[in-house]
Amino acid sequence: MQALRMDQTQYDMIRRHGEETFPHECCGVLLGHAEEAANVVVDAIRAGNIRTDSAHNRYQIAPQELIRIQREARQRGLDIVGFYHSHPDHPAQWSKTDLAEAHWFGCSYVITSVVGLQNTGGAGTARCRATDTNAFLLTGTVEEDKRLDAQPMEVTATVSA
Amino acid sequence: MQIHIPTPLRQYTGKQATVHVSARTVAEALAGLTSQFPELRKHLYTEDGKLRAFVNIYRNDEDIRYIDGKENAPVNDSDSLSIIPSIAGGAPVAETTAANALTPEEMARYSRHLILPEVGEAGQLKLKNGRVLCIGAGGLGAPLTMYLAAAGLGTLGIVDFDVVEASNLHRQVIHGTGDIGRPKLDSAEDSLKAINPNVKIVKFETKLTSENALRIFKDFDIVADGTDNFPTRYLVNDACVLSGIPNVYASIYRFEGQASVFGAPDGPCYRCLYPEPPPPGLVPSCAEGGVLGILPGLLGMIQATETIKLILGEGEPLIGRLLLVDTLAMRFRELKLHKNADCPVCGSHPTVTKLIDYAEFCGIPAKSTVPASEINGVPQMEVGELKRRMDAGENVFVLDVREPFEFSIAQIGGHLIPLNDLPQRVRELDPNRETVVHCKVGGRSQRAAEFLAQRGFKKVHNLAGGIAAWSEKIDPSVPKY
Repeated sequence: MQALRMDQTQYDMIRRHGEETFPHECCGVLLGHAEEAANVVVDAIRAGNIRTDSAHNRYQIAPQELIRIQREARQRGLDIVGFYHSHPDHPAQWSKTDLAEAHWFGCSYVITSVVGLQNTGGAGTARCRATDTNAFLLTGTVEEDKRLDAQPMEVTATVSA
Repeated sequence: MQIHIPTPLRQYTGKQATVHVSARTVAEALAGLTSQFPELRKHLYTEDGKLRAFVNIYRNDEDIRYIDGKENAPVNDSDSLSIIPSIAGGAPVAETTAANALTPEEMARYSRHLILPEVGEAGQLKLKNGRVLCIGAGGLGAPLTMYLAAAGLGTLGIVDFDVVEASNLHRQVIHGTGDIGRPKLDSAEDSLKAINPNVKIVKFETKLTSENALRIFKDFDIVADGTDNFPTRYLVNDACVLSGIPNVYASIYRFEGQASVFGAPDGPCYRCLYPEPPPPGLVPSCAEGGVLGILPGLLGMIQATETIKLILGEGEPLIGRLLLVDTLAMRFRELKLHKNADCPVCGSHPTVTKLIDYAEFCGIPAKSTVPASEINGVPQMEVGELKRRMDAGENVFVLDVREPFEFSIAQIGGHLIPLNDLPQRVRELDPNRETVVHCKVGGRSQRAAEFLAQRGFKKVHNLAGGIAAWSEKIDPSVPKY
């Protein structure tokens, strides 16, 4: 299957977003192109998590925000190739909820596990750390036969513009 | 008009990201789209022709669910429609996924539990899956929550909206000196997380009321009542019975305490024991009556023990038993409690089927912001007024009805006759003289003033707020205690 390709800057940014919103789930949109060998991420756009009622284990991107992101993507000649979110204190694996709520066939769902750190406090000590980041491709054609398949990720060195 | 097609559906529109249709309403536009590309239909609609729940349709920037007419909302050529499948997900919900294994860290932490036959790994897992709600993070709540956390309780909810004060520290060991001024919930959470980071702490920074109690209790299996007032005790009891969960109860007064488990299926509830609340003012709070600091420590531990026994299903819980603790004599006694078949809440024909106004039930008048000028016929005097009269040299006799040890801590020059001695010593007083009675906060002095008024004293006033108000508003050098 096609890999998901992104550069180091985007990879770090996705993971850092999860650390910033910990203990809540972060979420965002991956913009780029579907190429022969891989889906290439050109930009990762942060989005707001509207599940404020249960942000520690649920995320949702407001459709309105997505329209805005899509419009921006169109203007830049980019497509939506996937989404990313984090799992606070939970493995970087898709859950039943993740699969049930995934509808963007052919897109990648990238999940980062962020673990809380027990430390004795003090300003400047990290309170959490992003561990694994995994990508999953939503495969299938209809709701009834969809699955999230582990997708290889290629993280390339950032090329300066 | 344009319809923007999301990436996953472009394979059905010949890879087009935008499709043009002519239409006058949203429904017409979508119908035009699906007639051009019939494969789209099953992705957008359910079998009975409704839009799939996860499919969001936007006319420009508005969700059609919120536009007048919804799918029949009008569109014109300059509008665009966007089809946006939902983007959502999340980690599995901790509450519904039962823990079925202990981590190596947990095995090490709870090893002394694991080697007890009555606990073992199975029992420790029961604790890990347990959900207990503690009402109050104060005298009883402090030891209760700390030991439940240490024992490995999975989910611990705490209800408290109070702030840590210096006078809490002699007994509420979950809070430290550095926590004065902080919300009790935050201070408690820090202590509990330091003891055991595995516990999930759910904070409810609110007053428990008839409006929110049932909703809050819904996610818990056991309630431990650490309340400090009667209306809330009755509220907690009734809400537990209505929710079908047990209420691990304890109460303290000076040197004595009581503990029991109410609300068990065949057991009595709090109202079986105390069908009616005491008249307001009869039972002083810790602030008024004082409390030996270690007492709630002991009773809170008994509550923690009973809670753990209920979760493990081991031993004999205090159902139908009222444990009486006298710490001065260090004697423990027990009374049998029977479920009252006619109990209005838990009896066979309950009359209380929903939560009521408990302040009213306990005879506490609704708080008004205007201080009463008269209570039970006794005129109330503000501390400012007393100060004015004293400064003006008026012939006011100040009667202090507190205890001698209180007088030695702080006094404002009143004549001391402790409340209980008043009937014998009333002859020391002049019934025709302007008299202002005070105590610490105004409760005892009100009773004294009513007593004097009945004895024919015509010019008796109660000092509203007592010496505490005097210290607060007139002379801060008068010690607060």
